Amino acid sequence: MNHSKTLFVLLAFAGLALYPLMAGNYGIDLVTKMMVYAIFALSLELLVGTTGLICFGQAAFFGIGAYAAVLLPAQTDAPSLLWLLPACVLAAAVYALAVGALSLRTKGAYFIMVTLAFAQMAYYVVHDTPLGGGTDGIYLTLKPVLGTLIDLDKPLVLYGFTLLMLAGVFGFLALLARSRFGRALAGIRVNEQRMRATGFSTYPYKLAAFVISGGIAGLAGFLFAVKDGFVNPEMMSWHLSGAVLIMIILGGLGHLRGALIGAFAFALLQEFFKSEAVFGDFARHWHLGLGLSIIASVVLLPRGLVGLPGQLRARLVGRSNLQGARHEAV
Amino acid sequence: MDLSIFLIQCLNALQYGLLLFLVASGLTLIFGIMGVINLAHGSFYMIGAYMAYALAPVVASTFGGGFFATLAVGVVLAVLLGYVLEWAFFSFLYEREHLQQVLMTYGLILVFEELRSLLVGDEVHGVEVPAFLAGTLPLGELMTYPVYRLFVSGVCLVLALGMYLVFTRTRLGMMIRAGSTNREMVQSLGIDIKFLYRVVFAAGLGVAVLAGMVAAPVSSVYPGMGDSVLIICFVIVVIGGIGSIRGALLAALLIGFVDTFGKVFLPQAAGVLVYVLMALILLWKPDGLFKAG
Repeated sequence: MNHSKTLFVLLAFAGLALYPLMAGNYGIDLVTKMMVYAIFALSLELLVGTTGLICFGQAAFFGIGAYAAVLLPAQTDAPSLLWLLPACVLAAAVYALAVGALSLRTKGAYFIMVTLAFAQMAYYVVHDTPLGGGTDGIYLTLKPVLGTLIDLDKPLVLYGFTLLMLAGVFGFLALLARSRFGRALAGIRVNEQRMRATGFSTYPYKLAAFVISGGIAGLAGFLFAVKDGFVNPEMMSWHLSGAVLIMIILGGLGHLRGALIGAFAFALLQEFFKSEAVFGDFARHWHLGLGLSIIASVVLLPRGLVGLPGQLRARLVGRSNLQGARHEAV
Repeated sequence: MDLSIFLIQCLNALQYGLLLFLVASGLTLIFGIMGVINLAHGSFYMIGAYMAYALAPVVASTFGGGFFATLAVGVVLAVLLGYVLEWAFFSFLYEREHLQQVLMTYGLILVFEELRSLLVGDEVHGVEVPAFLAGTLPLGELMTYPVYRLFVSGVCLVLALGMYLVFTRTRLGMMIRAGSTNREMVQSLGIDIKFLYRVVFAAGLGVAVLAGMVAAPVSSVYPGMGDSVLIICFVIVVIGGIGSIRGALLAALLIGFVDTFGKVFLPQAAGVLVYVLMALILLWKPDGLFKAG
C-alpha cells in the first residue's frame, strides 16, 4: 500500500471515530449498519478479490453468525460477549468448513452455483424448521455485555465496538495479504495451475481462506443481530449474497478499501432510493432504482469506485492524446 | 402407502420434473453456448406465469381466442423480449467475467421484480385451468388424475423432444453446437454468430416463458416465484453437468421425484432434501453427472 492509500484508510477510520460527535441517533444507527456491511464485504473480498473464488452464498455465514447470537445464550441473563462472540464466529466458520470442503472440489461457474445452493440449504433450515422460528424470525431479548464496561444495548457503545471490530478485521486482512499465506492466495487467483506446479497444494489454502472468510462473515452477522435485536431468514437469502457481491464490485475488486467504499456506497444508494423525501410513494419500489444503478455500474465502472479516479484520468489523457494525434495528422 | 396414491405422486413428480427441465434447459443452453450465467432466467419463468394471468383477458377480447391463442401470443412476446434483451444487455456480457454477468443479471432481477410489482401488483393470483382441460381422467381401475397436469407433462415432453431434434438433426442445431465450441471459427466460416446467439437466447427465453404460462394454473402466480425456480434450476444444472441437456433432463426428473416424495414422507425437511442430494452427487462427481465436452 502506498502513502496516499494508507492516508485514505487512516482518514476514513478517523472520520468514523469522530462521527458520533456530530450525529444523531438515526445517523449512528445508519453508520453502524454500514460498518457491519463493510465487515461483511471484507469477508467476501478475501475470497473474490484476493483468492479469485466467486462465492455466491456468503449470506449463509452471515445468517449463521446472527442466528447463533440469538439461539446460543440462555434467555435469562445477558450473555457475556467473551464467549458469545467467538461462538458465533466459530459456528459460521464450521459451516464454512463443510461447505468449502465440498464446493472447492468444483471450479468456476460450478463453484458460484454450488455455494449459492448451500446457502439456500441453510436458508431452508431456518425457514422451514422449528429451530429458526420460521419466516417470522426471533427476537433477541438480552444483548451481550462484557462486565459493566461494554453493554451492546447502548447504540453508542455498539457503534464503538463495531468500529473496533471493523478496524481489527481490516488490519488482520491487510496483514494477511502481506503474509506468505496471502501471497499464496494471490498466486492462486492469478494462476492456480502454476501454483500447483511450483509445489503448492492449493486446496488447503483455498479452504483456509474460505473458513476465515466464513468466520468474518459470522462476526458481521453477530453484530447485525445485536444491532437490530432481531433475526429472520432474509438474512440468509441469496439476495443478501448478491448484495454483498455488489458491494465489493461497486467499490473495486482487489482492494481492501474497495470493500469499505463499496459497502458504504451501497448502503447510501439503498438509503437514497428508499427515501420518501426524494421519491415519495415511489420509494416503495426502491429495488428498481437499485437494480438500474447496479446495471449502470457494471457497464460504466468495470474497476469499481476505487478505479474511478484512474478512469477519469485516462479519459482526460486519452482525449488530449487524440487531439495530439489529430494535430499530427493535420 | 396406497398404490394409487403412490402412482399419482409419481405422475406429479414426473410433471414437476419435466417442467423444471424446461426452465433449466434454457439456463444450461445459454450458459453452455454463450458462456453467460443468467440469474434473470427465473424472472422469465415468473414473467410467463404473470402473462398467463394478465394476457388471457386481453387476448380473449382482441382475438376472441382462448387458451392456445394466449400461449401463442405469450411466446411471441417472449421471443421479441428475448431479442431486445439480448441486444440491449446480454450482448455486452459474452466477453465479460462470470462475476460481471452475475451482477448485471442480478440487477435485471431487481428491475423485473419491481416492474412486475408496478404493473400487476403484489397479490397472489390463481389462474384457472381452461375449461376443455379441466376435470380428471380415469387411469385404469385404480385412480383418476387431473387432465391439466397430464397436459403440462405432454407439452414439456413435446418441447424437450423438439429441442433435442433441432439441436442434433438440423443445420441450425449444428451451427449452434459449433458456435459453442469455437466462436471465431464459426464466424470465419461466414455464419453470423451474433444473430445465432440472439436466436438461442430468444428461444431459451421463449421456452422459460412458456413453462411459466402452462405452470400458472398448477402453481398459482405470486411475487418472487422466479427466485425459487431459479435456484432449483441451478441445482439441476450443477447436478446434470453444465451445458449438458441430457444431464439437465436426468437431474430435473431426479429433483422432481425427490421433492415430490420428500413433501409426502418428510414434510419438515422437504426444502433441504434437494440440496442434500446435490451435496451427495457432488461428493461423488464434482463436475456433475454428465460433464459437457
